[in-house]
Amino acid sequence: MSADTAPRAAAAPRTAKGGKGPRYARTGYLFVAPFMVAFTAMFLVPLAYAAWFSLFREQMIGGNVFVGLDNYTRAFTDPRLIQGLGRVGLFFLIQVPLMMALALFFALALDTALLRLSRTIRLAIFMPYAVPSVVAALMWGFLYGPDFGPLAQLAERIGATAPDFLGADLMLGSIANIVTWEFTGYNMILLYAALRAIPTELYEAASVDGAGPWRTAWSIKIPLLRPAIVLCMVFSVIGSFQLFNEPSIMRTLAPNVIVADYTPNLYAYNLAFVGQEYNYAAAVSFVLGFVIMAGSYVFMLATNRRSRS
Amino acid sequence: MSAAIANPEAPDEPAAAAQPPREGEGRREVRGGRGRKRRSKRSTLLTVGMLAAAAYFLLPLFWLVVASTKSTGDLFSTFGLWFAGHNNLFTNLGNTFTQDGGAFTVWFGNSLLYAVASAVGGTFLAALGGYGFAKYRFRGNQAMFMGVLGAMAVPATALAIPIYLLFSQIGLTDTPWAIILPSMAIHPFGLYFMRVYTDSAVPDSLIESGRIDGAGDFRIFFQVTGRLLTPALATVFLFMLVSTWNNYFLPLIMLNDPDLYPVTVGLANWQGQASSSGGASGDYVPLVITGSLVSIFPLIIAFLFLQRYWTTGLVSGSVKQ
Repeated sequence: MSADTAPRAAAAPRTAKGGKGPRYARTGYLFVAPFMVAFTAMFLVPLAYAAWFSLFREQMIGGNVFVGLDNYTRAFTDPRLIQGLGRVGLFFLIQVPLMMALALFFALALDTALLRLSRTIRLAIFMPYAVPSVVAALMWGFLYGPDFGPLAQLAERIGATAPDFLGADLMLGSIANIVTWEFTGYNMILLYAALRAIPTELYEAASVDGAGPWRTAWSIKIPLLRPAIVLCMVFSVIGSFQLFNEPSIMRTLAPNVIVADYTPNLYAYNLAFVGQEYNYAAAVSFVLGFVIMAGSYVFMLATNRRSRS
Repeated sequence: MSAAIANPEAPDEPAAAAQPPREGEGRREVRGGRGRKRRSKRSTLLTVGMLAAAAYFLLPLFWLVVASTKSTGDLFSTFGLWFAGHNNLFTNLGNTFTQDGGAFTVWFGNSLLYAVASAVGGTFLAALGGYGFAKYRFRGNQAMFMGVLGAMAVPATALAIPIYLLFSQIGLTDTPWAIILPSMAIHPFGLYFMRVYTDSAVPDSLIESGRIDGAGDFRIFFQVTGRLLTPALATVFLFMLVSTWNNYFLPLIMLNDPDLYPVTVGLANWQGQASSSGGASGDYVPLVITGSLVSIFPLIIAFLFLQRYWTTGLVSGSVKQ
């Protein structure tokens, strides 16, 4: 509590934060109530309802019957789900390190004084974030395409054939490129914002000691950026494992490559809205949610431990 | 702060005004002739490398602009990354907005409605809540806040099917509410951000003096502290606007009526029609392309327009991370 408010302490509850009187506590509840009510209605209630729902099965005879955890035992041994999880896991391992390395490099470059046109460059790299992922996938789909895609046209001009970006071998890489294009700028901005918040005295000390900009970046900025990097990585775990929009758009271009269970989310969607297996789809959603939460948790634990040692 | 005054063409860096000049602003001192020896050289190599990176990020957008000016024939017969001789942009725009009885116009309006309603409502909820969590002590404050933060780890799409199941039970699917209500309520990051920002931007003494003047706590919130929170409000508003405008999964599962589609679902539908029947409906291709171009304009305008706010907001919001 700051000193200027302290003398009044006896007369009135000193400040909002120090105000422990029932009147202020009640006001506090009033402030948070709208958010908490909305959050409960749109988050907790649906989750509880779907959890209950996932314990049933729709049957030809007998209608909706309670089956306990059957849907979950089915999900954990469902090769289509496991294969999808493996695919997005692989996607995560390849795409996220690449994207984060780029974002970190760009943020550090923007934060040095070495760069000309830094404002324009920053906006250009960030701009894809404002593009809906559906539109991003549509655009890249055309760019990859064999009909009038400029990549294919360029290859043809030099008498070569462009690789089949929409074929089975390259599809995951093609999607990784789209996701990298979309989110590198966003991560860059978050890291850049965190960099701007680092106190300047640290740099001055380094500068006095003769550290150049790269040395400063490596020895001071990156270690201080650690919490921001971990945050971005956790968001990326969540984003990769729930991959849906890009493969779902690419599916219209390459229906034989992107099968109905290409990613777990695509699988859950097709279960529910094509196969009408709502109960099982709910269970698959929960399994996916658990995997993602476990993944983020393990990731945070691992990075925490390393920073302590 | 001299840096801010010396460089008026960088209004997007109010962070510089809020902080003492530092390494990053060294270039301005250079310009003023007070350059330090070591930092005074800018790197051409780095600049060229970064420009190449920027080109990669702009290339698809450039392609989109070019492609929007072409007729179906030119799309297939001319080089993709340069304009054809004939500018077909206005015909394409006209067709995009009138095809299928003006469907795209309806989708565009829907997207605007969903995004603005969710962002306004959600920002309001996050601002009130963040303020309450930051400035009041009450039983359960920490527990509730941590509970909401924990929700960040639950993926939005894993939540979408549960919300669909509940909404179909109470008859809310296939209505605008099916998009607006979830979009405004589930934004834990907005609440977290508002709390952190309020903590650092609103001094307790200000609330206290408002009370001494006899103002109620809600009046203090709306009339006194609102101005201090502007950068954070703009930031949360913008990010909620983007997430709703760009959302595809939720409207895809919630809505059946094409008149309720947002642009994302509508464009994906057109794309499906363009590719499913092969060359027969190749006429949909320019519509998908032009519609895509139109759909990204509102957000780019919002980002540029609110730039000075969200850049400050992000910097101050990350101080306490």
